[in-house]
Amino acid sequence: MGKYIIRRLLTAIPTLLVISFVVFAILDLAPNDPTGNLPLTIPAEVRAKIRESLGFGEPFHIRYVKWMQQFFVNEPLNIIEEVFDVKIGDSENRLRVRSWATRSPVIDLIIERTPQTLWVVGLSYLLAILIALPIGVISAVKQYSIFDQVGTFVSMVGFSVPTFFTGLVAIVIFSVYLGWFPSVYNTTHKVTDWSSFIVQVKQSIMPVTVLAFYSAAQLARFTRSSMLNNLNLDYVRTARSKGLMERVVIIGHVLRNSLIPVATLVAIGIPQIFAGAIITEQIFRVNGLGALLIIAIQGADIPLVQSLTFIYALLIVGFNILVDVIYGVLDPRIHYD
Amino acid sequence: MTTASSVVEVPTLPERKYRSLWGDVWLQFRKHRLAMLGVGILAILVLGVTVGPLIYTVDAKYIDVTAANAQPSREHPFGTDNLGRDTLARSMAGGRISLSVGITAMLIAIFFGTVTGLLAGYYPRLDSPLMRITDMFLALPQLPLLLVTIFLLRETLRAAFGPEAGIFMLIVFVIGILNWMPTARVVRAEVLSIKEQEFILAAKSIGTRNYRILIRHIFPNVLSPILVSATLGLAGAIINESALSFLGLGFPSDFPTWGRLLYDGKDFLTLTPSLVFWPGLFISLTVLSVNFIGDGLRDALDPRLRGR
Repeated sequence: MGKYIIRRLLTAIPTLLVISFVVFAILDLAPNDPTGNLPLTIPAEVRAKIRESLGFGEPFHIRYVKWMQQFFVNEPLNIIEEVFDVKIGDSENRLRVRSWATRSPVIDLIIERTPQTLWVVGLSYLLAILIALPIGVISAVKQYSIFDQVGTFVSMVGFSVPTFFTGLVAIVIFSVYLGWFPSVYNTTHKVTDWSSFIVQVKQSIMPVTVLAFYSAAQLARFTRSSMLNNLNLDYVRTARSKGLMERVVIIGHVLRNSLIPVATLVAIGIPQIFAGAIITEQIFRVNGLGALLIIAIQGADIPLVQSLTFIYALLIVGFNILVDVIYGVLDPRIHYD
Repeated sequence: MTTASSVVEVPTLPERKYRSLWGDVWLQFRKHRLAMLGVGILAILVLGVTVGPLIYTVDAKYIDVTAANAQPSREHPFGTDNLGRDTLARSMAGGRISLSVGITAMLIAIFFGTVTGLLAGYYPRLDSPLMRITDMFLALPQLPLLLVTIFLLRETLRAAFGPEAGIFMLIVFVIGILNWMPTARVVRAEVLSIKEQEFILAAKSIGTRNYRILIRHIFPNVLSPILVSATLGLAGAIINESALSFLGLGFPSDFPTWGRLLYDGKDFLTLTPSLVFWPGLFISLTVLSVNFIGDGLRDALDPRLRGR
């Protein structure tokens, strides 16, 4: 197992290198002027100087290598320094990936935005799993019952209706007509006591539910079909014929086996839900990572966009490896050697 | 003893018509009620956006500020937006773009996916490199990359091909190129199992060339998974396009798609909710019916389920 993990991590390196190159190249070769948003009164020489200070004087491959060094070596070192409060080497003069718009290090911006996204994404995913598993299990056990038919239909709807529509409908109903929840998520709100906690819960309900509904639909469909695959197998008949209670058969035997593929889907879905949060954050004005990406794109803040896009790619690659490892741990039939 | 003139009654067999594979598939497909409902809804929507403008002849671009933000009425069944443009006419015009973007992007994705899958499955030498590329594409973060490429290349293509055609080509191409991987995987797996069968061996032994085998013998046999992934791809492409437009990075406001209409309407939620409601409903209905059709097709094309 350890060997397998190491091998997977090693093979991920070329993939990540290619992706980082693609991301860097798309952004770098696209026609775009980083000084385009600056006032027109700036004389041409100064403009050229600004471009040079942003690192534009050098050829493409040198910029690529420099960006990689900053992203993979310098920034992790800075994070380590901050976390452990130590000094490694010449940290003052270390080059950092800086945002063109704010001139602050990209990593600081990202760290600033991460908690909001994690709160919304994490809660919604947890909620989705809690809803989806029971629905999927009951649907499969009582196949073709009314519960199953309604459940399958609702999950198809949840899976088809885009979050930017459900979100807007939720705002119209619950904020505009009923006035139960605020339509804008206030990120500066701090939880200090019980009443402020209630405010926090209230403002989280809509973004979390909208995102959860979408992922729950997918998970429930998958759980149901995974359960159905297992229900007809011989070991289930054996378990029943030796007189086990139906509940024990379903929960102890079928569910345990059906959850293996479900667990992998849950892990694969995490990067997707981060991407899905880009839209949800836009609807409810949560200023998380997704909102940061949109702002960066609209402001042509290339370094920030490069870093964020690459972080999304890192998430996908990382969780893909995790999925294979989970599979090996959960399913004794699988041996990686 | 007289021979009883008893006629042995031959039970008249119901006349068995000649049934083709696709006839069987259609029979099975018709049993899937939700899929049939999906076909119906999709047909209505397609008719609505193609024939609809011939019947409801209000100009989608006509600005009438005196009728701005109108509620649904007989004159404007879906109301108007903040410039007084008719929402029904705009929805029909937008639907045309949304659907054609979805279909074209899906065709591009299916084409690349099928070619990659066929080649990777049939030629062992190409398998590993092509699948490596597929895996790499799967690891690309789709939505962020879509946003980035479209934002960066929009102006250039606009200048080259005009505002509508340029952005259409860009969106269709980018969505297509980021969505061919699932098809490639499915097709490859199918080809791998088909090429071991006897009829391929027979074709080979009479000297059929490789590309003939691929086109005449293997391709028709992988059509069913391709069809299923085409429906999934269509649904995904429509969602992707409207997500882009919803983030303000798709089509410009004067060439509205359903997603763009949502984006434009969301700032007037309290004033004219119908501005958001109808385009959103149309996107949802389209995707929902396409998904149900996909479900029905999957069941109908699976020989183990057919006839049950």
